[in-house]
Amino acid sequence: MSVSERTDRTGPSPRAGDTLLEVKDLCIEGQSDERWQPIVKNVGLTLRRGEVLGLIGESGAGKSTIGLAAMGYARPGCRITAGSIRFDGMDLLAIGEAKRREIWGTRIAYVAQSAAASFNPAHKLIDQCVESSVGHRLSGEDEAKRTTVDLFRRLRLPDAENFGYRYPHQVSGGQLQRAMTAMAMACRPDLIIFDEPTTALDVTTQIEVLAAIKNLVRQFQTAAIYISHDLAVVAQMADRVMVLRYGELVEEATTREMLSNPQQAYTKSLWAVRSLRKEEEPGHDQILRVDAVDAAYGVLKVLHGVSIQVPRGRTVAVVGESGSGKSTLARVITGLLPPVAGSIVFDGKPLARGLKERGKKLLQRIQMIYQMPDTALNPRRRVRDILGRPIELHLGLTGAARHQRILELLEMTELDERFLERFPSELSGGQKQRVCIARALAINPELIICDEVTSALDQLVAEEILKLLLRLQKELGVSYLYITHDLATVKAIADEIVVMHQGRVVQSGSKSQVLTPPHHAYTELLLSSVPEMDPDWLDSLLARRGFAAAT
Amino acid sequence: MSVEPADLSTIPSAPARAHGGLLPAAWHALKRAPPTAWFGIIVISIYILVALLAPLIAPYGEAEIVSGAYEPWGGDYLLGTDQLGRDLLSRLIYGARNTIGIAVMTTALSFTIGGLLGLLAAILGGWTDQLLARAVDILMAIPQLIFALMLLSIFGSSVTNLILIIAVLDSTRVFRLTRAVAMNVVVLDFVEAARLQGEKLGWIMTREILPNILPPLVAEFGLRFCFVFLTIAALSFLGLGIQPPTADWGSMVRENATLINYGDVTPLLPAGAIALLTVAVNFVVDWFLHKTSGLRDER
Repeated sequence: MSVSERTDRTGPSPRAGDTLLEVKDLCIEGQSDERWQPIVKNVGLTLRRGEVLGLIGESGAGKSTIGLAAMGYARPGCRITAGSIRFDGMDLLAIGEAKRREIWGTRIAYVAQSAAASFNPAHKLIDQCVESSVGHRLSGEDEAKRTTVDLFRRLRLPDAENFGYRYPHQVSGGQLQRAMTAMAMACRPDLIIFDEPTTALDVTTQIEVLAAIKNLVRQFQTAAIYISHDLAVVAQMADRVMVLRYGELVEEATTREMLSNPQQAYTKSLWAVRSLRKEEEPGHDQILRVDAVDAAYGVLKVLHGVSIQVPRGRTVAVVGESGSGKSTLARVITGLLPPVAGSIVFDGKPLARGLKERGKKLLQRIQMIYQMPDTALNPRRRVRDILGRPIELHLGLTGAARHQRILELLEMTELDERFLERFPSELSGGQKQRVCIARALAINPELIICDEVTSALDQLVAEEILKLLLRLQKELGVSYLYITHDLATVKAIADEIVVMHQGRVVQSGSKSQVLTPPHHAYTELLLSSVPEMDPDWLDSLLARRGFAAAT
Repeated sequence: MSVEPADLSTIPSAPARAHGGLLPAAWHALKRAPPTAWFGIIVISIYILVALLAPLIAPYGEAEIVSGAYEPWGGDYLLGTDQLGRDLLSRLIYGARNTIGIAVMTTALSFTIGGLLGLLAAILGGWTDQLLARAVDILMAIPQLIFALMLLSIFGSSVTNLILIIAVLDSTRVFRLTRAVAMNVVVLDFVEAARLQGEKLGWIMTREILPNILPPLVAEFGLRFCFVFLTIAALSFLGLGIQPPTADWGSMVRENATLINYGDVTPLLPAGAIALLTVAVNFVVDWFLHKTSGLRDER
């Protein structure tokens, strides 16, 4: 950035409340299958200085595309076909690439969803944080480093002086996300675009990042666009909310108005998602009992004396942050990782430790559904073959009987025969997960281990999947071991809850027992960290936990 | 920028328009192929046709002595005759059959060996992987041509030996590629799901993993074919490859090499035939890689 512009910026002092960004009639097209299709249709937005605007919508709603377009950027394979984007009096589409590059990083910054994927693993954090201010010659390297350390401190990063001298892999996900916010703040931009900055984080970590971001945005009076699919999160961050669907604006209002009085049916349905609740039923006999199991990867011990019980025909939810050993527990039960100590009893008989020692009959009785339906289905096989193979292998059905069973499964999972000849890439995320469920059900299992099966899906789709799982349980009497980090899901589906932390069970019992006080300290932390649909929730929580509002 | 939860970039997405069947889809892709790919496809087709129809096209027999040595071009012998008085054009045509045929067989064999072991190493891991990988390292540490020369002089240079030795030596590279790409697929959930449903090793190898790593392997097949082809030609030139009187481009260059001293370009013809095929195969492989790896031209 040249010196003259630098003075322009500080010259007539910008006041809070001035319009900073104005987007009008924005249309963006994306290329798919060599054709251009509209992905954003006539969207307009205005943002004043110091204001935070929330963009909400499912995946494919065009949130990120609009966020990037606010910088005058269209990602490869997209093009802005109509509309204007005025940032502080400049038409971002007209000023040309070179000018835009001067603005990016210095006056408009971007914080991506996955900090881990956005940092260069080969450079130290501080070198990456000062890059834009040094690169744009806004300040010398020493000064930039001092500013960055100051930002680290404001973001409550531990040991702020030395934090920057670590490499990205040496810090945790939440810290990395905060470091990325520091990077974006380094040049004191007028506008920051946050693209789902906390989606990949645990609830307890999410709180820290949200608090840090909110604090900093408030202190510097930075305008921000906050993109998320999580309403409760946006409610904490944004002054005003825009709901998007299929690239169109559904509704726009201030956060409080939107929460108390949504107008459109779609917005209301988004609000309703979190209200799904299952009445808990006590179980009778146990289908699975895990007794004092220890498990380790090599020398690293990850499970310490874990004991759980799964009643027949019921759902046990295993809750915990990432790294708590939830998925390892699933691997132990399925036999992929033989336990080091302890025993597992399935339907009254001890379960062989390793997968190889278990017979075909036993494998049939325990099935698994995965978090990522994209990787859980072989991209080169059609739905017919994916479902047909286990039926053939375990039930011995071929020809017409096999076909009949496949149709039955598709019907059970609310799909139909149109899907038979499709490849997974031709299905939506929710449909893929339904196929995964159908595959698990194909051979009449008694226990299904669900590993975060809804966390990669949009809220509305996730709700449908949960409803499907509940219905199937009622009809078929299968038991679920449901692994999740999302407490809303737990309320929706569980009969019993097991809370895990650092490879140990910290609390377990029926849903009502665990969810009503008194809680175990960790359960309390977990429960209180789940964002609520109340714009004051974050501030009051932080006050209760004793964070000072100003640093 | 925003990142998909799972990194699937290593897996080419399955054909999107599968309903039309394979042939129309292939034709659709061909229609939009760049001219270099078309050139490659046409050249390769001509080579294959010539190789298959050699006895019909060639004016004389493969080893038939039809005249005096070193007849000039033109007249009865379009490209003259060689040092024993055999028709050069006929030998060039038969040479396509021998050289390409042997190269294809060798490449196929080396892919069978290397691909199978690579898949096994990727799926089983542990000491199987270590053992195979170290064995391959040892084989690769010795310069290939010298190793092949040595083995051929020990076992004698018959066509079978030639195919076996080059195939084994070449399978090391195939092993490495297969293992590397299969590693990325083995860790995916659908492979685990197949295991949990009690699928055997054979099924997992051929149905779950192989289809997902096929594009890079097919591309590699083209490239390896070129290398094998060149190795055979080189060995023949050195006198240890395909033995006389079988016509082969590598030995044809050597046999007529002296003509270069008299300003005659005849020895360059078999060399040119080798070069042209190599270029053609590479064009086609380039296009194929471009199609399947999702690389796009920078604009």
